[in-house]
Amino acid sequence: MRLGLVIDLDTCVGCHACAVACKEWNTSGITAPLTDYSPYGAQPSGVWFNRIRHFEVGDYPYNKTINFPMSCMHCENAECVTVCPTGASYKRAEDGIVLVDQSKCMGCNYCAWACPYGARELDRVSGTMKKCTLCIDRIYDMEIPEEERQPACVLTCPAHARMFGDIDDPESPVSRAVRERGGYQLMPELDYDPTNHYLPPRVHAPIPTEALKKKAARKVKEWVNRVVER
Amino acid sequence: MHPALAVIFLTLFSGGGFGIAALTAIVNDFQIDGGLSPLQTMVAMILSLVFVTIGMLSSTAHLANPKNAWRAFTRWRTSWLAREGVFAVLYYPFAVLYLIWIFFTGGTHDPIGLILANLAGIIGLVTVFCQGMIYAVLRTIRQWNTPLVPTNFYAMGLATGATVLAAERIIMGAPAKTLVGMALVLLTVSAVLKGIYYFWVSRPRGPSIRTATGFNRSTVRILDQGHTFGTFLTEEFGHTLPAGKARGIKVMMYFFAFALPIVALAAGLALAQTTLAWVAVLSVIFGIGVERWLFFVEAQHVVNLYHGRQQC
Ligand code: SF4
Ligand code: SF4
Ligand code: SF4
Repeated sequence: MRLGLVIDLDTCVGCHACAVACKEWNTSGITAPLTDYSPYGAQPSGVWFNRIRHFEVGDYPYNKTINFPMSCMHCENAECVTVCPTGASYKRAEDGIVLVDQSKCMGCNYCAWACPYGARELDRVSGTMKKCTLCIDRIYDMEIPEEERQPACVLTCPAHARMFGDIDDPESPVSRAVRERGGYQLMPELDYDPTNHYLPPRVHAPIPTEALKKKAARKVKEWVNRVVER
Repeated sequence: MHPALAVIFLTLFSGGGFGIAALTAIVNDFQIDGGLSPLQTMVAMILSLVFVTIGMLSSTAHLANPKNAWRAFTRWRTSWLAREGVFAVLYYPFAVLYLIWIFFTGGTHDPIGLILANLAGIIGLVTVFCQGMIYAVLRTIRQWNTPLVPTNFYAMGLATGATVLAAERIIMGAPAKTLVGMALVLLTVSAVLKGIYYFWVSRPRGPSIRTATGFNRSTVRILDQGHTFGTFLTEEFGHTLPAGKARGIKVMMYFFAFALPIVALAAGLALAQTTLAWVAVLSVIFGIGVERWLFFVEAQHVVNLYHGRQQC
């Protein structure tokens, strides 16, 4: 089994709800808390497991905004684990989830240097390294209904841009989505073999926005609008 | 990368300290310049131990949670950082035993003395290799991911050690011709190797913002980093140095790390001037310290691509 996320860059609207839900769940989870530094000050900062960046891809007029959520990719070749001198970082054999044992970590930052995806953040207050746990304290919780045994980010996403599942099983919904939509891994040249995959935006016929023939009713409406405004 | 003083001191001083130990063993093995007297050997080994200890203490100062530092010796099978720790600690008993042996018997190059000296020297050299590998294994930082990094660490550790030993001989008024020659060669070799390194890293290659996001055939620009103020990632990895400024600092580094020590040692030997020997030692430590600072600040982690950098 190889658990991870598949993120749909076509539908992600960049709302940051996944990051907020992550923070809310995990700040009382197994690597809690996710410390904030001066959250109400002029320079708020703190530990997050999930961060969303926003990119512009292509040049005008063929450009597009891509919202880009990133968390730990639970890599198959997790160098972050290899380099850890204390054994605090480990990768679970049964499901591939990469975790940090907070009671063993000495806060040397070396694993964060080894992670290409910026998934690890040092908590200045506890002095330990923190990262996405894939909500391990949710997905195996037999006390909650089965459909809720998913990471907090996946449950909360309003655009259904996040999927959770087993990448090793070729018939799982995540594997099928990767296969059908041409899902890909980030920076494959570094050979970390991340479990998380990204689905590229669908190719649509462009929607013309200029030189549209205006209907008569619309012309009247616009005229009324202008008059009323004055 | 954030050029933390702790890691600069760690690699600078422990590299120099192990260099002193290795060269002390070699000088006494082959009785170069008549070998070191018991007093000179003891001074050299004490200097080596002090240097290594400064390095080790500052490396623990770098930890955010030092109470777990003892665990860092456990994963020596996979982690170069753990291996470095194991060998650095292993160095102490041999270096200290050698010191004690000389103190009580005066035997700098009798069989037992030499065994201890050589073991300390070899363990020191292995530690320097591990130290270089800590950086060289990281595929995320192309400026570090090269065999030139451990090579440079070796060259500079030995050059620092040789400068200290040669200066010690000049200061103590003993013949130092071959030792000074050795230091000059090592300093020159270090300068050349560092030049090769700078040439090698100057060509951009490796991941770009396109491969980082997967949009391989389009231009990609950052619109918003998604955070209000800095994060751990920007603090740790965000540092850069403008090319113009870097060039100026490199010229200064070459002057203090290599040029001045070479001139000062040669002149110190010729004129039997102890002040010049001191100048050589202080200059090489300062110069290699600047080199280490550059080594960290110029390292560009690929996570910067997600904060808008086009190429790392
Ligand atoms: S994304 Fe980073 S932290 Fe997560 S497994 Fe990969 S290398 Fe390790
Ligand atoms: S910061 Fe903690 S988890 Fe990371 S390498 Fe150091 S000891 Fe291991
Ligand atoms: S919650 Fe969903 S739509 Fe919002 S940023 Fe996260 S992945 Fe994108």
